[in-house]
Amino acid sequence: MSEINATTAGAAGADASARYYVREHHPENGTLLGFWIYLMSDCLIFACLFATYAVLGRNYAGGPSGAEIFELPTVALNTAFLLFSSITYGFAMLTAQKKNVKATLLWLAITGVLGACFLFLELQEFAHLIHEGNGPWRSGFLTAFFSLVGTHGLHVTFGIVWLVTLMVQVGKHGINGANYRRLSCLSMFWHFLDVVWIGVFTYVYLMGVLP
Amino acid sequence: MSAHDNVHGHGHGHDHGHGHHDDDHLHAHGSLKDYSIGFILSVILTAIPFWLVMTHQMAPTTTKFVILGFAAVQVVVHMVYFLHMNSKSEGGWNFMALILTAILLFIVLTGSIWVMMHMNANMMPNMGNEGGSVHGMHDMQ
Repeated sequence: MSEINATTAGAAGADASARYYVREHHPENGTLLGFWIYLMSDCLIFACLFATYAVLGRNYAGGPSGAEIFELPTVALNTAFLLFSSITYGFAMLTAQKKNVKATLLWLAITGVLGACFLFLELQEFAHLIHEGNGPWRSGFLTAFFSLVGTHGLHVTFGIVWLVTLMVQVGKHGINGANYRRLSCLSMFWHFLDVVWIGVFTYVYLMGVLP
Repeated sequence: MSAHDNVHGHGHGHDHGHGHHDDDHLHAHGSLKDYSIGFILSVILTAIPFWLVMTHQMAPTTTKFVILGFAAVQVVVHMVYFLHMNSKSEGGWNFMALILTAILLFIVLTGSIWVMMHMNANMMPNMGNEGGSVHGMHDMQ
């Protein structure tokens, strides 16, 4: 929407500043917009996985149903971890705006730990299911379940890798424009994963245990 | 948020020390108030669905629609308070991309579910699995 209007195309040499003007506000450097568009495409990947789960989610093939294998207290704890990590990342951004390196690193570390707790519980759940013989090969339901939840978990894993990388960067170079931009991108990524998790815990877990 | 949008319009140089952000890229990403409101709303909107399902407050079908409603509201809360989405950020392109994604999402989800359910409904009586016709596709496993 930031369009460049050529007002006096012919009068080139007249006045350089009068030749064009930028209407509305031009996205400064566009990185955040580009990253947002990446997130939207990522969103479509999750949409496909959700659609797959919607179609296959009740095909148990004689295997266990969601009501039999989902442990809602664990899921609630996992949800709490992600939700708390969202707010702690928010605090990291607020302290980063004030260029407070130490506080930013502290909040980032807390966010990372909460993310790791989430991953630990999820992997434990996966390991338990596979150990019981209910791996992704067991039924259409479990294939769709592992694909959807596993993809989300993979995103969280890479989010943590990115977070640790940024902690090193911030520790080394402080909070300059580039690092703040990176933190902003990870902020979007992290909050986006929380949004996807809302869909997962509602549609997969909560609706999965209902008949 | 609208005040913040005006601020980073003149933030292209290295104009240090105006207000709460002092680098050209350090444009405001919400405030403590925004994050707090978003967090409290999210906790409430998460706790109620879990409570509804774990304590069997309502009939299963009703519960499903209610928790889907809660999820939809919570997604909007996250978008507004955590992702700072509004119709003006990045010159409106953020919002455009979001609308396009929402349309595609709607097509992918409703299209898949609709087509697959119809396929089940149109199967001949002995092809599918008896009883489980609504959730069919058993033959494809």
